[in-house]
Amino acid sequence: MAHIQLDSDSLEKETTTLNLGPTHPATHGVFQNVLEMDGERIVSAVSTIGYIHRAFEKIAEHRPYYQITPLTDRLNYCSSPINNFGWHLTVEKLLNIETPKRVDYMRIIIMELARISDHLICNGILGVDTGAFTGFLYLMQERENIYEIYEEICGARLTTNFGRVGGFERDFNDIAILKTKKFLATFPKIMKSFEELFNRNRIFIDRTVGVGAISAEKALNYGFTGPCLRATGIDYDVRTANPYSSYNEFDFEIPVGTNGDTYDRYMVRNEEIWQSLRLIEQALAKMEKEPKGIFHADVPAYYLPEKQDVYANMEALIYHFKIVMGEVDMPKGELYHAVEGGNGELGFYLISEGGRSPYRLHFRRPCFIIYQAFAEIAKGSLLSDAIVTMSSLNVIAGELDA
Amino acid sequence: MAIATENLIADLQSTFGTALSNFEEPYGLLTFQTNKDSIIPVLKYLNENETYRFRFLTDVCAVHYPTTKELAVVYHVQSMENNFRLRIKVFIPESNPKIPTATVLYESANWQERETYDFYGVIFEGHPNLVRILNVDDMVAFPMRKEHPLEDPNRIDKNDTYFGR
Amino acid sequence: MSEIKIVSAPEGIEGAGFFATRLDKVVGLARSHSLWPLPFATSCCGIEFMATMGSHYDFARFGSERPSFSPRQADLLMVMGTIAKKMGPVLKQVYLQMAEPRWVIAVGACASSGGIFDTYSVMQGIDEIIPVDVYVPGCPPRPEAIIDGFNRIQDLVKSESMRRRNSPEYQALMTNYGIK
Repeated sequence: MAHIQLDSDSLEKETTTLNLGPTHPATHGVFQNVLEMDGERIVSAVSTIGYIHRAFEKIAEHRPYYQITPLTDRLNYCSSPINNFGWHLTVEKLLNIETPKRVDYMRIIIMELARISDHLICNGILGVDTGAFTGFLYLMQERENIYEIYEEICGARLTTNFGRVGGFERDFNDIAILKTKKFLATFPKIMKSFEELFNRNRIFIDRTVGVGAISAEKALNYGFTGPCLRATGIDYDVRTANPYSSYNEFDFEIPVGTNGDTYDRYMVRNEEIWQSLRLIEQALAKMEKEPKGIFHADVPAYYLPEKQDVYANMEALIYHFKIVMGEVDMPKGELYHAVEGGNGELGFYLISEGGRSPYRLHFRRPCFIIYQAFAEIAKGSLLSDAIVTMSSLNVIAGELDA
Repeated sequence: MAIATENLIADLQSTFGTALSNFEEPYGLLTFQTNKDSIIPVLKYLNENETYRFRFLTDVCAVHYPTTKELAVVYHVQSMENNFRLRIKVFIPESNPKIPTATVLYESANWQERETYDFYGVIFEGHPNLVRILNVDDMVAFPMRKEHPLEDPNRIDKNDTYFGR
Repeated sequence: MSEIKIVSAPEGIEGAGFFATRLDKVVGLARSHSLWPLPFATSCCGIEFMATMGSHYDFARFGSERPSFSPRQADLLMVMGTIAKKMGPVLKQVYLQMAEPRWVIAVGACASSGGIFDTYSVMQGIDEIIPVDVYVPGCPPRPEAIIDGFNRIQDLVKSESMRRRNSPEYQALMTNYGIK
């Protein structure tokens, strides 16, 4: 990118090139921006991505359906259960499996915890980028509590590989329910103290209001979804537009902003955390009304049987063998299923020709589509504003490059 | 207001006639096929029509069919006001994979078309900057095509006997 | 008695008001308890590193209070996450900019050996381009595992000679990688 000639009345005669390189403390992930600067102001920005391209879509064509779940973990790794369940919901749609209500409520609890976890990282890091480290420490401590809930149920902290086609691998035990209730009881206080640090903080408001604004029409044209779109005023949420996993039975609001600037994105994420807490409470209450012990649909051909049955029962052994070897009969079909990920509409476009692996699996990744707009948003702003904007768009490198 | 599927199909067929074909509804999502000369007029019609208002491009991707030597470029569009989704497929030959760009209508097609070019070699005519986006810049092959191997063929440290190949 | 273990002194001769030991032991002690890491976090392991830096696991108590993002001022390059072939030259450049003494820790399966991504676009382990001192397996490794890897680096730092860059093995290693 050559230097751009500036107007004759400017102090510099041409722009300086600044490389906001792939390794940089302020870019949360590996993407590069080559900026042309007129002093402190950005004249143009060229983004380069692909520094963590791991060829997920190619791998998916060579793996049986269950081995694709760990791949989906690593898309938006801050909220991996949502990706896992999105994939399982897609496969269930292909197979026309209907999950019992209790499974849906359990899924909602975990998905909303994942959403809270994702928004906590985004807002904590936004605080760090404006120079305020304390909020980040408060929130990371709360994320440890969420990790403990995941660990109790699936065994892993971050890349969870949660669940099975048709439900979960094990029921929520008493400790998990207790930890969730404890989280619901203790988290609001920490969230309030975080909000007290930032929401009316003079410095934070100066750094974020009016910064990185995008209008609703432009956002729609760029394909924005998720909190970045809701900050511009449009209340599109996949959970209400195309409800999945019984979201239509729940009572929650969709927070929207007005200007589409960084402050609005921050506030929308905070409000979504409060709405997620409401959803978890309602889901726990509904779950307790359902008959106990149901944690998966009755689809033995696609759901890995329990280990004690595998060692005792002939059918279970056969199903176990077939599923692990990937020799399950999958129907032919083509479908697109979307879930509301932490960052927007995460879509799975699956074409199955009946084999052990998908013929084509394409991930519609919200971060990839949102980040295109960064060059236009950053134009004309100061460098420090561009950093804060990039941080509030919540670009996760795993989802960007896939 | 909602869109009735039959009305939409009838309207599209009367406007575009034989350019559209293969109307089907797999898993509840209306899908049809068109050719590369009609795709932009179809998208434009769906976008500008006041009843339909398909103003959101959800996804652009491609699929490789080596048996018929074709690439299918698949567009997913949706109308948020009517809560209606649509899938449009365009089949183009492998030997001449050219198709007009959708960036004239939707900005979100920009990087998605670059990704499709990077993976499949589909050339979007009129694209402002059709270069590779995810793979290394000096790559020559198109990795998502079925004939391209998954693993790096130049590895010398992997012993295939251990992997049962 | 407190449960906290404090660092034990190296072997030496102690007397009234003096402690005599070998210089490289003192230097090793000082270096190992003030390593400034460069968190080269690319993907999921980076999030586990952020959890390690948080107050629950508190990485800073080992002396890494100041993670440096500039390679010129860092001692320890912590590569956390998948390194794609596109990122390889960037990683090599960052390593070359580090001043001696420098150590490298490969955190996670992807940095150690490519992890689950055996594809055309992922480098199968960063030891294809830079020499690695400690590998921490896991996908992602728990914060306790990352801290354990860091402790192994501390052991290495304590026991190395002061100027390992002059030793013939080190020179051979560097020429192997094409680093001058």
